[in-house]
Amino acid sequence: MKFKILAVITFLLLSYALYQGMWAAPREATMGDIQRIFYYHVPSAWTSFLCFFANFIASIIYLARRNLKADAFAVSTAEVGVVFCTVVLVTGPLWARPVWGIWWTWDARLTTTLVLWLIYVSYLMLRRYSTGQATPTLAAALAIFGFLDVPIVYMSIRWWRTQHPQPVIAGGQGSGLDPHMWAAVLWNWAAFMAFAALLIWVRYRLEITRQQLDEAHALKAVGQAEGSFTR
Amino acid sequence: MTSLAAVTASNLRKDVRLEWRSKDAVNAMLFFALLVVVIFSFAFDPTAEESRQIVGGLVWVAFLFAAIVALNQAWMRELRNQVLDAYRVSPAPANALFLGKALGNFLFISVVEALLMPLFVVFYNLRPVGPAWQLVPVFLLGTWALVVVGTFFAAISLRTRSREVMLPLILFPISIPALLAMVEATTMVLTGTETPRFWITLLLVYDVIFTTVCLLLFETVLHAE
Repeated sequence: MKFKILAVITFLLLSYALYQGMWAAPREATMGDIQRIFYYHVPSAWTSFLCFFANFIASIIYLARRNLKADAFAVSTAEVGVVFCTVVLVTGPLWARPVWGIWWTWDARLTTTLVLWLIYVSYLMLRRYSTGQATPTLAAALAIFGFLDVPIVYMSIRWWRTQHPQPVIAGGQGSGLDPHMWAAVLWNWAAFMAFAALLIWVRYRLEITRQQLDEAHALKAVGQAEGSFTR
Repeated sequence: MTSLAAVTASNLRKDVRLEWRSKDAVNAMLFFALLVVVIFSFAFDPTAEESRQIVGGLVWVAFLFAAIVALNQAWMRELRNQVLDAYRVSPAPANALFLGKALGNFLFISVVEALLMPLFVVFYNLRPVGPAWQLVPVFLLGTWALVVVGTFFAAISLRTRSREVMLPLILFPISIPALLAMVEATTMVLTGTETPRFWITLLLVYDVIFTTVCLLLFETVLHAE
């Protein structure tokens, strides 16, 4: 029931946010309608960073308490975070091509986001390739490394890029935003957060079911082994 | 604390003795890095003055690939005859095993770097324009940055299917800031444009943070089952 309520709220929020972003927000003076991608790009970025933060917290809780629910939450948030981070990395170049004239530039924020994406994809790959009971522990350790790495990545890349001339600069994106534009950004963020919560919920339930299934298989195997001993 | 130091030292002695007798890791790394040096020379004119700009990156890519060869072998040795399982049930501190292994790898990779640097100088016609002594902290800190996280991640990838493939996949993304720092610092010394102070500090910070995290988490990873 709670799930259905969240689903309905998400649908309503996404619809209203679409209206906000596409019609209610004014047309940007220099960039035109292409600027509207901003309403999807920025909220996705915030959502994905929050997902990765949640993954970090869940990983610590798992290591401290050995609670498999925390592990299920960590997988769900990492996967949804990667999805939203991918949205950021796809919408960015789509906007940059007409505005900057290039798809990609090795600027601090872009490169950091790319490295962030790489780190969490490697986390998901580790989960996929590792087998057995150790997976949650190994993944939680990697998650802690990954999260601590992010500020170092950002620092290093910012320094790297300020050393060289910037190829293109389109001014501060967040500077002097029209109140209507802010409304569009915030509505979209709310909608994306609700959508992310919905996805995490579905994924979390799936992971819990998978854990129960694994446990049932293990118990069955133990039962069969015991049966063969007594016979 | 003395027991930690003593067990670390005996682990290190064992690894060094094994390596001294077999020379498996060092030989493999040397040949591998040599191949990388030769293959890279096809991609651009290695003696041109501009190649000085990219040699910093090249040196570290060669050493990074070579280090992967050694790091993958490091724990495999302990799997034979269930040495790792024996270690798990023994009362010896887990961090002693980790430190011994990391110091051993650091030593082997440093030897390879020391042997190969002259080769780079010859093949790529290098003359550092900046003060050459600055390369020493860059190489020590940079190698430790690769080795400490690499040894830890090799212990993680040991538990996965297709172990050898997994290590670079998890090690490279995390190592990106360290690699950037090593490459930039080396290039700065070679071209003599700027002082690499920031990058050396960054390497130091990276080393301190991740050595601490490795020591905090290694016992958990060793006993994960």
